Amino acid sequence: MPEFTQPQVQLSGVAPEIILVATALILLIVDTLIGERRNRWFLAAMATAGLVAAGGFAASTWGDNELQLSGAIALDGFASFVKISLAVFGLLTVWVGRDYLVRDGLEDSEFYALVLLAVSGMMLMAAAADLIVMFLALETFSIALYVLVAFKSGSLTSQESAMKYFLLGAFSSAFFLLGIALTYGAVGATALYGGSDPATEPGIALFLSTSPAANTGLLVLATGFLIIGLGFKIAAVPFHMWTPDAYQGAPSPVTGFMAAGTKFAAFAAILRLFDVTLFSLRAEWRPLAIAAAVATMIIGSVLAVVQDDIKRLLAYSSIAHAGFILTAVIAANDRGVSGALFYLSTYGLAVLGAFAVVSVVSGQDEARVRLTGYKGLFYDHPALAVALTLFLLSLAGVPVTAGFFGKLVVFGAAVQASYSWVVAIGVITSAIAAFFYLKIMVRMYLEESEGEPAPLPVGRLATSVIAITAVATIGFGVVPGPLLRAAEDATIFFQPAPETEQAPLGG
Amino acid sequence: MNDLPFLDITLFLPLAGALLMVLIPKRLEAVLRLAALLVTTATFVVSLGVLVTFDTGTPGFQQGTELSWIPEWGIGYITGVDGVSLWVIMLTTFLMPLCILTSWTIKTQVKPYFILLLTLETGMLGVFSSLDLFLFYVFWEAVLVPMYFLIGMWGHGQRVYAAMKFFLFTLAGSLFMLLSILYLYFASQGSAAAPTFDYRSLVGTPLSLEVQILLFLGFFASFAVKVPLVPLHTWLPDAHTEAPTAGSVMLAAVLLKMGAYGLIRFGIPLFPDAARLLAPVIITLAIIGIIYGALIAIVQHDVKRLVAYSSVAHLGFVVLGLFVGTIQGMSGGILQMLNHGLSTGALFLLVGSLYDRRHTREIAEFGGLARSVPVLAGIFLIVVLSSLGLPGLNGFVGEFLVLLATYQSYGWWVIPATFGIVLAAIYLLWAYQRIFHGTISVEANRHLEDFHMREYVMFAPLVALIIAIGVYPKPFLERIEPSAKKVVRQLNNASVVPETSGLAEAP
Repeated sequence: MPEFTQPQVQLSGVAPEIILVATALILLIVDTLIGERRNRWFLAAMATAGLVAAGGFAASTWGDNELQLSGAIALDGFASFVKISLAVFGLLTVWVGRDYLVRDGLEDSEFYALVLLAVSGMMLMAAAADLIVMFLALETFSIALYVLVAFKSGSLTSQESAMKYFLLGAFSSAFFLLGIALTYGAVGATALYGGSDPATEPGIALFLSTSPAANTGLLVLATGFLIIGLGFKIAAVPFHMWTPDAYQGAPSPVTGFMAAGTKFAAFAAILRLFDVTLFSLRAEWRPLAIAAAVATMIIGSVLAVVQDDIKRLLAYSSIAHAGFILTAVIAANDRGVSGALFYLSTYGLAVLGAFAVVSVVSGQDEARVRLTGYKGLFYDHPALAVALTLFLLSLAGVPVTAGFFGKLVVFGAAVQASYSWVVAIGVITSAIAAFFYLKIMVRMYLEESEGEPAPLPVGRLATSVIAITAVATIGFGVVPGPLLRAAEDATIFFQPAPETEQAPLGG
Repeated sequence: MNDLPFLDITLFLPLAGALLMVLIPKRLEAVLRLAALLVTTATFVVSLGVLVTFDTGTPGFQQGTELSWIPEWGIGYITGVDGVSLWVIMLTTFLMPLCILTSWTIKTQVKPYFILLLTLETGMLGVFSSLDLFLFYVFWEAVLVPMYFLIGMWGHGQRVYAAMKFFLFTLAGSLFMLLSILYLYFASQGSAAAPTFDYRSLVGTPLSLEVQILLFLGFFASFAVKVPLVPLHTWLPDAHTEAPTAGSVMLAAVLLKMGAYGLIRFGIPLFPDAARLLAPVIITLAIIGIIYGALIAIVQHDVKRLVAYSSVAHLGFVVLGLFVGTIQGMSGGILQMLNHGLSTGALFLLVGSLYDRRHTREIAEFGGLARSVPVLAGIFLIVVLSSLGLPGLNGFVGEFLVLLATYQSYGWWVIPATFGIVLAAIYLLWAYQRIFHGTISVEANRHLEDFHMREYVMFAPLVALIIAIGVYPKPFLERIEPSAKKVVRQLNNASVVPETSGLAEAP
């Protein structure tokens, strides 16, 4: 009688996602059971607990390095790093969101549930070691975000942006799916890595290392489609059109969350997919990525200059930042991967902080989002103005803020990989970008406010978010060492590790 | 020798003071002023420790500290002082209390004003004492932000335009420097050694001539904007004119020196071949600057703008001295940095005093002031004579050395440079005549208050130093020369350099 072997089901790789989904469901049920209450603080508290638990679990698996669930899920430092960061982003979003929703009378359990679901999808994106799982993750967080963008019920702009975001998002998902199909046609599998034997455990990386180069044509085509799908999520030019509209219409806390979280999740997938799995195809995808990076940096920073709505301005700035991070992807070396992780986590903190200030300043129903609304902010609300200045300086990459060191590491990676000319474009566009960040600062400090200063109620949660992100922005700027070390430890992938390219420097 | 780390204390004392001042309530304006004066005076006293313990005979770096900061990227906290930086550090700490004193007339937003001034001081001192390129860049950029706010918030007239122009010009230049620094960093990676930002190890990094030229131009972009060299000078007249008096003094006396200092410290030693090759071009630009700055100064009707353009001319002499390739030129250039800081700093302070009395800077509004404010007129005359290089005052020593060196190395090129001195006499004396001589044409000028106690305190040490350097330059030159000799050797590729300028040996 054949011996029955119990299949090993390890779930530690997806435990954070499971925790979040479970919390989201419990949250919805609890809200229904308890019914109408005036103060529903427990909703935010539950969401907080779920995010802390998920982040904590991800932290507890730090150092593990294995494939789980038949090679569909990667449990490695890279995934853990992204998950911890995303848990923090989610937490900050929930806190800012609570104050925002209470002020505008929109508080609902759905908001928290959707944020939790979105975070779980983003986390899965970082852990996905199979294109199908990656697609599921992509859709999970995208659908949650479509609803979150439309969360300002009764606001036409909010509905309109959600519609635009949804239509274009669905379109790009189709491209991504087509890329997966073509990959399957080429490789016979959708797993990223594959096991030891191509016959039983096929995978893309294994295919590339065992097949002759002539057989990769279809895979190259597939790569192009995958770039489109992911390029949409990171808002790379020419797939950036949705960004300003969606960012403008969405509730400010959601906008901050999109900028920080979506970008991080999509870049995590890009790094794992291109810099690791498809590393040996880099001669094929690099030209595309370079073209996208250059166009993204230029278009993002140039168009931001003419915006007069702070949310649209920050949307274009987020496009430019996608371009800066792409230079690290192009570098495709260890410093590039760790640099991108460092950049994304510090960018996320700064942008969440910035949007926290924007949600406070914009006031009831976000009536005050034009740049003229920021006139003389320093004289009326000095703390808010100084905090926003700090975030803007970090986004601009001025030293002693985390954003500067982020820029240094991603640009450094590209210089090391001998792409100095791409960095030169990055440097020029950074100078252009500084102009529009300065424009906001000019309004806040150098112009007088119009009329009586309006009172701005700043909730306790929003205050703590602004304080936390401000301290982190300065802290990681002065002492970037610990975070950088964590990012470097996280880049030890268990499968084909990118060989460090020696830059042909020094003549 | 177990001295106190005078240099590091000098460096961070102002910043510590600024952080403490955040705690002082903003309505206690008198306390804030006194605190700022106390901190800057204490900084000056501590910096005297640097001067006293300075070993005259050593060409290399002394004092200073070496600590690991971000080991992942080979970034250290490394400071040190040598003959090149000693006097600019002393100049900064010396002028800062005077700037605080002249700012007694600032009445709006007193608290942020003094906090920014103190932060600025740490930034400037950091630039002059950093021996790690990363640290240097951090300080270099950190100077930008406080100066931007000083011009923008407390400036005159077109302050927003001037502040913006200042920030963008400088930032654009320095981003190219960042790119060069990154390239150099990876180029320093030897077969065994990890890449480093340590300046002392980077000197002598073998680079091909083409690479040297490109990297030199990257640094040069940043330094030439700061110096400023024609045609990158257009930010200067605006920034100097619109800034509050203390801002103008710091801009002229110290920030411009950052550019010249950068050329000596980094431009020449790191890329000696490129510097030697490009020297004729740079010298041409310097001479154009001397003539052009002087000609434009002649036609100014705003006395502050006149002084601003005179800076363009004077800095031309400094750069000329640095690149002619002899020890006289180098020492003269470095001494001229100090001289220009003293005399132009004093000129801006005097213009500030005039402005405080009459609230105008139009030369036509003055006339005959020697009758109503004889002391002010007398001091103004001494400073003007120092600025135009009258023998016996400080300006003469530096300019004479530079011209002598230019004649030795470049022959007839000295003629247009000498012509610059003649022009300086024209614009300075003519302006002096129009302001102080003749009859009093505007009634408001008849009864002006002459110097009061605060101004005596401010100008007595300045005038004393102006005369002291002019009469007995030896103690100044003998500290400069060993280090200057080292840089000249690097520029000339260790060819024969005359031992001394001769002047240091004079009795």
